[in-house]
Amino acid sequence: MTSTGFLLPDLEDPESAPFWEGCARGELLVQVCTSCGARRMPPRPMCPRCRSVDHRWEATSGRATIWSFVVPHPPLLPAYQELAPYNAIVVALDDDSAIRFVGNLVASPDGAINEIDPASIEIGDPVQVVFQQVEDVTLPRWVRA
Amino acid sequence: MLRDQTAIVGIGQTAFGKGLPDSELSLACQAISAAIDDAGLEPAAVDGLAMFSMEDGREVEVARNVGLGDVTFFSQIGYGGGAGCGTVGHAAMAVATGQCEVAVAWRARKRAAKASRPWAQVSSRISGHWQWSRPFGVLRPVDEIAMLTRRYMHEFGATREHLANVALAFRKHANRNPAATMHDKPLSREQYLDARWISEPLCLFDNCLETDGALAVVITSAARAADLRNPPVYVHAFAQSIPQQHQVMTNYFCDDPLLGPSHACAARLWAQAEVTPRDVPVAQIYDAFSPLIPLSLEGYGFCARGEGAAFTDDGALEWPDGRLPTNTSGGGMSEAYVHGFNLVLEGVRQMRGTSSSQVDGAEVCLVTSGEGVPTSALLLRR
Ligand SMILES: [Zn+2]
Repeated sequence: MTSTGFLLPDLEDPESAPFWEGCARGELLVQVCTSCGARRMPPRPMCPRCRSVDHRWEATSGRATIWSFVVPHPPLLPAYQELAPYNAIVVALDDDSAIRFVGNLVASPDGAINEIDPASIEIGDPVQVVFQQVEDVTLPRWVRA
Repeated sequence: MLRDQTAIVGIGQTAFGKGLPDSELSLACQAISAAIDDAGLEPAAVDGLAMFSMEDGREVEVARNVGLGDVTFFSQIGYGGGAGCGTVGHAAMAVATGQCEVAVAWRARKRAAKASRPWAQVSSRISGHWQWSRPFGVLRPVDEIAMLTRRYMHEFGATREHLANVALAFRKHANRNPAATMHDKPLSREQYLDARWISEPLCLFDNCLETDGALAVVITSAARAADLRNPPVYVHAFAQSIPQQHQVMTNYFCDDPLLGPSHACAARLWAQAEVTPRDVPVAQIYDAFSPLIPLSLEGYGFCARGEGAAFTDDGALEWPDGRLPTNTSGGGMSEAYVHGFNLVLEGVRQMRGTSSSQVDGAEVCLVTSGEGVPTSALLLRR
């Protein structure tokens, strides 16, 4: 496969592979402790609440609100610099505001990460997950809800 | 308790620059050698080493180059900018517990070297915690801290004017320090506000410098320090912290991401000390990015949560009349960025009375390491 130059997750990382497989199916998953029910993201082998290593993955609504955002400018890695300035956001899930994801705000499910006017982005804006394929990886991104 | 049992008795540094020809190992050895000379000791007296895990020169090579004696204590501390005060603290603990008698702690860095900028290395695939941020273009430390900064501004009303207070104060101090990279370059508020963005809401002048250079300190017991040539600068208190559910740099995934490592570190630090924040007249606070200053002022208890930005108003950080002259050599933003180790040496100079922006009568100085990573801090006392 031709490299796009983007930094992409290792799909063979056993800790996170189920998450990325979920994205490929169009599902935003979170890791849930089978023993005590605590959600935890990013995923890890042990539940910090009850120390169980048993877990499952559960789908979320994919609805969230913008918790913060940045607009990176050069110097950046070439693939990102071509798109700069672009936005990167942190969102908090509506299902559970303690669960947050880093992502990007796009205008449409197949939109680029530099299409939204950064001046229009505000903390608290409601968003909905969408999925975009980059090489063999499916990344969650976000559109305005 | 470690309190005042050990002292910093020697300091040494190389010139600061960009693209210095010497290797990191050579720079480390030059700084360590200068610190040993400053202490009036012989290299054979050094039997303890504490360094950053990111250091390029290994302990064995340092010992073989500088001609150290039999080394009986050596330790490394991780997490980059969080490690500086930690190396001094570990050296002090080793001396205080008899694991060694004379220890050196140091940092040598070639910022231009690709290995020191992990975000600039194109690696095919990412595993571990960076996979949750870097694919989305949160690539550099500045992007990671800008994310927290935007949220901090939103929650507490901090503004770019506050961040300018920080950048301008440190630049004024650098303008008084002949060794500072920015010694000859004044900075105006207009220049700050007009500067190009690096990662909004942070501009060029919210960022630290990129520096090649090395600095080192020599630590020994208070008893031995009394016989040496320099006035002892006592390690009054020392602490480290990894707060609950902390994540390195991308601390977005816990209940209260703006409650940084400084809070937990401060609780231990002040518990070890005979002084309180009110008694501290001068501070060297880790400043890879300007917003780390208000966050640290809050964490170390100089003001309440959310008040760190307003604390910087009215020249509070500026020598000589501010409430808390901070980064009196120019700090990482205007003297040199050597993972914050220059802050340790400036703390020592303040306690010796030899700073280029000397705070009259200062008897205690706070020195901190990186906020946003597992961190450490020192209270130095004369
Ligand atoms: Zn559990």
